Amino acid sequence: MRALLEVRDLDVLLGDYQVLWGARLAVAPGEIVALLGPNGAGKSTLLNTVSGLLRPRAGAITLDGAPITGLPAHRIVGRGVGHVLERRRLFPYLTVRQNVWLGAYHPGARAGREAQFERVARLFPVVTARGAQLAHTLSGGEQQMVALARGLMARPRLLMIDEPFLGLAPRVVAELAEAIRAINREGVTILFIEQNVELALSLAGRGYVLESGRSVLDGTAEALRRSPGVRRIFLGG
Amino acid sequence: MVKRTALLALLAAVLVFPAVFTLPFPRHVMIMIFLYGSLAVAWNILAGYCGQISLGHAVFFGIGAYTSTLLVARAGLTPWAGMAAGAALAVVFSQAVAFPVFRLRGHYFAIATIAVGEIVQTLVINWDWAGGARGVFVPIKRPDSLWNFQFHESKALYYYVALGLLLLGLAVTRWLERSRHGYYFRAVREDQQAAASLGVNVAREKHRAIAVSAGLTALGGTFYAQYIFFIDPESVLSLSLSILICLVAVLGGVGTLWGPVVGAAVLVPLSEYTRVWLGGTGRALDVVIYGALIMVIAVLQPAGLVGLAARLGRGRRG
Repeated sequence: MRALLEVRDLDVLLGDYQVLWGARLAVAPGEIVALLGPNGAGKSTLLNTVSGLLRPRAGAITLDGAPITGLPAHRIVGRGVGHVLERRRLFPYLTVRQNVWLGAYHPGARAGREAQFERVARLFPVVTARGAQLAHTLSGGEQQMVALARGLMARPRLLMIDEPFLGLAPRVVAELAEAIRAINREGVTILFIEQNVELALSLAGRGYVLESGRSVLDGTAEALRRSPGVRRIFLGG
Repeated sequence: MVKRTALLALLAAVLVFPAVFTLPFPRHVMIMIFLYGSLAVAWNILAGYCGQISLGHAVFFGIGAYTSTLLVARAGLTPWAGMAAGAALAVVFSQAVAFPVFRLRGHYFAIATIAVGEIVQTLVINWDWAGGARGVFVPIKRPDSLWNFQFHESKALYYYVALGLLLLGLAVTRWLERSRHGYYFRAVREDQQAAASLGVNVAREKHRAIAVSAGLTALGGTFYAQYIFFIDPESVLSLSLSILICLVAVLGGVGTLWGPVVGAAVLVPLSEYTRVWLGGTGRALDVVIYGALIMVIAVLQPAGLVGLAARLGRGRRG
């Protein structure tokens, strides 16, 4: 199995504070992988480093075998990595439609963006239903859908989603999980962060657990669900 | 439709204005509205749309003024060539300073632009070939000619040139608003990290914004030099000019097409008429009134006069 994304021995510092200590993970094409871990474990830092928003001090990140370590963010998007940031981070005073179009920035995405917009709007009807509304007037769930739609506009091979379910009502969570499965069925590999183990492992096929910046556990959803290590980390038991 | 008709009527009115008002003073007030309007429009492209608040725009204005004036005075070139050279030089300079300065964000960026402005002013004050602190006169040439960009008999041609500068700035802004770059600018303004995560090359978009803004500002600098015939570091490179450009846009409405024009249409007459009524003793009164207006705007309607008008318009309909 050749990994689509592989992260090896990643050390990342925020200022003087080292957040990641030799973190690693691998995601195969077509998978849905969960990145688990308590608050402050370094999950977001890991994704931010993969997408080029942060630079690692040491370690290697490869995409399809080619190194992307330390490339600027706009280059990495061009290589086919999409990143939906924590708390959606829509542009509040642009309309929903403008937000989504902004996802098609890089030259490769610009060519087929009309077709991609149609595809994305089928997955997330809110994009057209609320297209002319300012993004900040949407509900949390709708905003998350718009953020995913925006992330898909660049036609990524790998979509990284930081806490997609944060602060959403249970009904919306189920709807969103279904949408993520649908994205995956269309051939997009998914790596997402979630703190709720049960929820994460119901969606993902495999998972990685970070604790205090170190990759401590990984395995199939089934194995992680039964793992005493996961119980200890998340329940302190 | 109504809006289009109103705009065309406004354009027609400003076009015939010099035919109706033949005295120099009303024309002068209009010219100053156009000039400050075009400077605020240029500033607004960087600060309003791209979110990078500059308090150093006098540098670009000064580059425009000094380049054309020195080329006229020392090399005998037509000011129009100087205008193009000044704009080009301002663009080049903006790209050079942007590299270090754009590493800073928010307030730190604004403070750094003040520093750049002060450095350039100090350098020019000590640069004898460029006139130093005494400044430079534009050599007077007669008779009036478009080639020499000097009109002593009537202000009408200045009026139309200044109007042209303003319309150019507005056209560029309008184009930007609809082009993808306008969206990238706004994405950078609203959330740099989110923009970067979508693949927007944040640094490049900022460089673009400051290049356009600097070039347009420099055109205004050349116009000023050819209108006043004298420039010195205090009049074209001062921090107070940078702040004035910013105030005009903030009062009218930052990040809107018409805001800077509305701001200029309110502030310039205020400044010109207080000067006429109060003479030398009223020198700073316009600034006192600006300050008060800015405070009122900041408290009541941060989107400026344009935002206030939009709110009143909605209230009437709703």
